[in-house]
Amino acid sequence: MKALEPGVLAPDFTLSSTPDQKVSLSDFRGQPVVLVFYPADWSPVCSDQLSLYNELKPEFSEFKAQVIGISVDGVWCHLAFSKDRKLQIPLLADFEPKGAVARKYGVYRGKDGESERALFVIDAEGIIRWSYVSPVGINPGADGILKALESISRSEERDNA
Amino acid sequence: MEESTKLTQPVSARDHAEGPSDAPLTLVEYGDYQCPYCGAAYPVVKRLQKKLGKKLRFVFRNFPVTQSHPYALIAAEAAEAAALQGKFWEMHDLLYENQTRLEPDIIPSWAKRIGLDLEKFGTDIKQGAVEQQIKEDRQSGIRSGVNGTPTFYINGTRYDGSPDYDSLLEALESELVEQRTVLT
Repeated sequence: MKALEPGVLAPDFTLSSTPDQKVSLSDFRGQPVVLVFYPADWSPVCSDQLSLYNELKPEFSEFKAQVIGISVDGVWCHLAFSKDRKLQIPLLADFEPKGAVARKYGVYRGKDGESERALFVIDAEGIIRWSYVSPVGINPGADGILKALESISRSEERDNA
Repeated sequence: MEESTKLTQPVSARDHAEGPSDAPLTLVEYGDYQCPYCGAAYPVVKRLQKKLGKKLRFVFRNFPVTQSHPYALIAAEAAEAAALQGKFWEMHDLLYENQTRLEPDIIPSWAKRIGLDLEKFGTDIKQGAVEQQIKEDRQSGIRSGVNGTPTFYINGTRYDGSPDYDSLLEALESELVEQRTVLT
């Protein structure tokens, strides 16, 4: 399975973010979105990764970017995890049918029943501008995401000039 | 486009370093004083320093993860304010050795214990004399691909292995061998 590459339209999806709320990718049209696929709540590497992105909210806000976490865990699991780690970024449940969104993005690992640790930076028009699949045990930092957001913001400035 | 895992800001006079500046190995840690994994890495680094002696220079940079650790920032400020009185490492060590007891009220007594001028210590923190250093550390960390705390760099390259003593020593020693091969 190959992750979707820059230049293509990001497939839309609708997933639950809480037991009574749903979120669609298209809700965020008009602003950049950072999709963070991660294997599972509670595992040490993922937790560090999400805590880091949570901490860098001011940096992402400069680009008006919305960061969204996605894993195959259910909403109740996400709720407990978010509360425990004091996360402010929404976590979406790619739970039923399991991993359907991860499959659409080419980042599902069928053997493990979890998604890859993958990042997609999507621009305001919904086009994927950067994607990255990290080696499983290694937590990607935020430098690649910020570089992609900077490049989007530069090209928007050019278009407006 | 690959993510860079190189240290973007070279070690310089602005940094807190232990060990000779011409040591063949430089280990940089981005750490948080309230992070338990950094607390676990603290004695590991001490052991590495003892084992490698003058071959190793150790540099600590601040990366407080304030959303998860409410006292991480005040601890970083305390260490930086101690640095303004030439006692960074004394405060650094106290903070990690007493990590589980860390809270705002206890910091002045620790400052007193290592002989700091308490008035200057308080003023430096209040007036933001230490803020810039912490901000710069954080920015250079983000740009260098810090991916959690602690994140280590060995001679400028991010170390993605386990932060235990044996793994870190092995990585440092193999870097040392590589250095020698380059030189000969």
